[in-house]
Amino acid sequence: MRFLRRALMSLLRLFLRAVAIVVALTHTARPARRERIVEEGEPSPRAELAVILLLFAVAAFAVMFIVIYAADWKHQTQLLALALGGAFALLATALLIVSKRLVVDEELEEDYPKTGDPAEQDRVIQIVEESGSRFTRKRFLKGAAGAAGVALGAALAVPAVSLGPVLDTQSLYYSPWRRGKRLVDEEGRPYRVDDISHETFYTAYPENVGHEELAAPVVVVRISPSHLDLPPGRGDWAPKGILAYSKICTHAACAISLYRKPLFAPTSPSPALVCPCHYSTFDPAAGGTVVFGPAGRDLPQLPLSIDDAGHLRAAGDFSGPVGPSFWGVRSGSPT
Amino acid sequence: MLRRFVRFLDERSGSAPFARKSLRYLFPDHWSFLLGEVALYAFIILVATGVYLTLFFHPSTATTTYHGSYAPLRGMQMTEAYKSVVDISFDVKAGLLIRQTHHWAADVFVAAIVLHLLRIFFTGAFRKPRELTFVIGVVMLMLALPEGYLGYSLADDLLSGMGLAIGYAVALSLPLVGANFALLLWGAPFPGDPSFWSRMYIAHVLILPLMIGGLLALHLALVASRHHTQFRPTRRQSEHSVVGAPTFPGQAPRSLSLFFAVAASLFLLGGLVQINPIWLWGPYHVGSSTNGAQPDWYLGWLIGALRLVPNFDVVIGSRTLVPNPFWGGALFPMVVFAAILAWPWLERRVTRDRRPHNVLDRPRDAPWRTAIGAAFLTWVFLIFFAGSADRIYVFLGISYVGQIWAYRVLVFVLPLAVLLITRRVCLALQRAERIEAEQHEAEQEAEAEAMAARG
Repeated sequence: MRFLRRALMSLLRLFLRAVAIVVALTHTARPARRERIVEEGEPSPRAELAVILLLFAVAAFAVMFIVIYAADWKHQTQLLALALGGAFALLATALLIVSKRLVVDEELEEDYPKTGDPAEQDRVIQIVEESGSRFTRKRFLKGAAGAAGVALGAALAVPAVSLGPVLDTQSLYYSPWRRGKRLVDEEGRPYRVDDISHETFYTAYPENVGHEELAAPVVVVRISPSHLDLPPGRGDWAPKGILAYSKICTHAACAISLYRKPLFAPTSPSPALVCPCHYSTFDPAAGGTVVFGPAGRDLPQLPLSIDDAGHLRAAGDFSGPVGPSFWGVRSGSPT
Repeated sequence: MLRRFVRFLDERSGSAPFARKSLRYLFPDHWSFLLGEVALYAFIILVATGVYLTLFFHPSTATTTYHGSYAPLRGMQMTEAYKSVVDISFDVKAGLLIRQTHHWAADVFVAAIVLHLLRIFFTGAFRKPRELTFVIGVVMLMLALPEGYLGYSLADDLLSGMGLAIGYAVALSLPLVGANFALLLWGAPFPGDPSFWSRMYIAHVLILPLMIGGLLALHLALVASRHHTQFRPTRRQSEHSVVGAPTFPGQAPRSLSLFFAVAASLFLLGGLVQINPIWLWGPYHVGSSTNGAQPDWYLGWLIGALRLVPNFDVVIGSRTLVPNPFWGGALFPMVVFAAILAWPWLERRVTRDRRPHNVLDRPRDAPWRTAIGAAFLTWVFLIFFAGSADRIYVFLGISYVGQIWAYRVLVFVLPLAVLLITRRVCLALQRAERIEAEQHEAEQEAEAEAMAARG
């Protein structure tokens, strides 16, 4: 069987070759063949067929994308991705087959370009140098051109100053807290003493002031007065053990939204306020001192008082500027 | 048809010789040469998807109330910027697909650049005459980072607000000029003047992409002008002669195939793998934050650096000379990029090698470079991993404080160990190769002798 098939195949090949020769002979009228630039390669009908089928499949997927877009099916995002991603994947496959099976595999050689051309370099230099032959006061001219360049550059850069306040950092010290300001929650309801329990923390804002200021939000916690160890001069800042600190971390301005409380006593030495950005850790019982993490300044404390109605009020401004450190943050006043 | 087109164009532009040369430009073949192409293709997808997003995004911090189709946010106060991104995700057809594809493409773009940079470094492809190409490439990476940062900051969700707060603190921390610099950029103390959003927007959609695109063109032009470097598996390849497949027909289908493969991956990721679901984070407010916040991967090294620095500000008298975030957020990346940019010249000075190089080193061929590169990479990646210590604590229960202290020691010790080990490994590989070559030679000699004796 196999022998027979082989014989048939070789016969067929012979016949094809004969046909080719006849065709070539009858077409001798054509001009002489040009020398090829791209090498000739064997056809690969199977690969070609695969590419054709893949391209039709690409078209099908693309049409599917349009259909999915127009229809309002569930999971539209996922289906769109499958259609478009599928179309691209099929196209990538088709091109891969083209590059592996249908394009002649050429490996050519070429010289690298020279690394620099000294003669050309000399000519460039010469042109520039000789072009200035009519100038006689070159140093003076250079000075004038320099002055013009620097001054014009400065003039063009100056409008950038409009971007923001320059040499005026007063705004960095701003705080809306005053003596007597009530502490309210996010909805504007004033906090009462009884609202503040021990095991959790609260976010408070100054009454009737916008919330989107760094100095506005404070954290309020309650710690038994016997556990407090506040710095000197802050003895009356925490009535009934209620403390308020700026909620903005002194490291990188994130809001401090973790409170290490209640404690697992054996491993956690004290309750702590923690910033989730870089884990700066502050001790609320000791006036907001840094216990761990990268913060370089203590958390500003807000002195509190309790009014006759039992509402929490600020008893003054923060112990220092709020937010991350800068040049004048410790000098207490703008530079 | 083709003839008419080529003639038309050439008669009006004289571009036929250039086109012919371009079609027959040679590409030496190695899989690692495709990394830069992946970055290029990710950039194209970024521009295409990004343009689409601009058609729907409002760069405004004016507050509004949400009434869209995502029920949990209904009635909530938020900025126009955040609302428009939620709308793109839920109410613009194909919007979520394009938005997520854009985000994935950004992550892949930077990853491809970094891998490409590693390939260039460890094979010595940056050497003369390609130092300029190298510098331009690194500058593009330096631009890609703020470009990505601005991109996810614009959405004004909770995470992006936290990221901006950190950026503001780093700007404030620049010695002497920080306060003025930050106020100039933000226009007012954080969260800044409303015009800050217009500034971020134009930087993200025009200024930085234009710079990256311009440098990209220059980068490719320089690559082509000096031709590709090559490894040297065959005799024909040498410092003077490049061997490879021509652009057309050899390289074009391969490269296009890669483009569509990148596009396919990005769109499949964009539609099937959720990324940055901002409707879950909610809008940003100065007084809110969330635990487990992580930036996109390419800024992980900076969050790690910010977390590792011990708690101190450098203070002289009542003046805060160096606020803490400067070390991790500003100085660290500056040192890393300065070191990378200076490397070609440092290596030239030490090795006194001023010749042009077109043939690549294998990493083992340059033990010191490979060792220093590996040590440097270890240093940066340790700091990168330090940025996820809190996640490790959550998943594995290893003490956060303990991890931070371990990293503080490891960042000094481990790079040194890696330096010494890598150098040893390179030398050992070289030796093994020499022995193998000698063995091969001896065997051939013996065979020849045996043949001679028989003959």
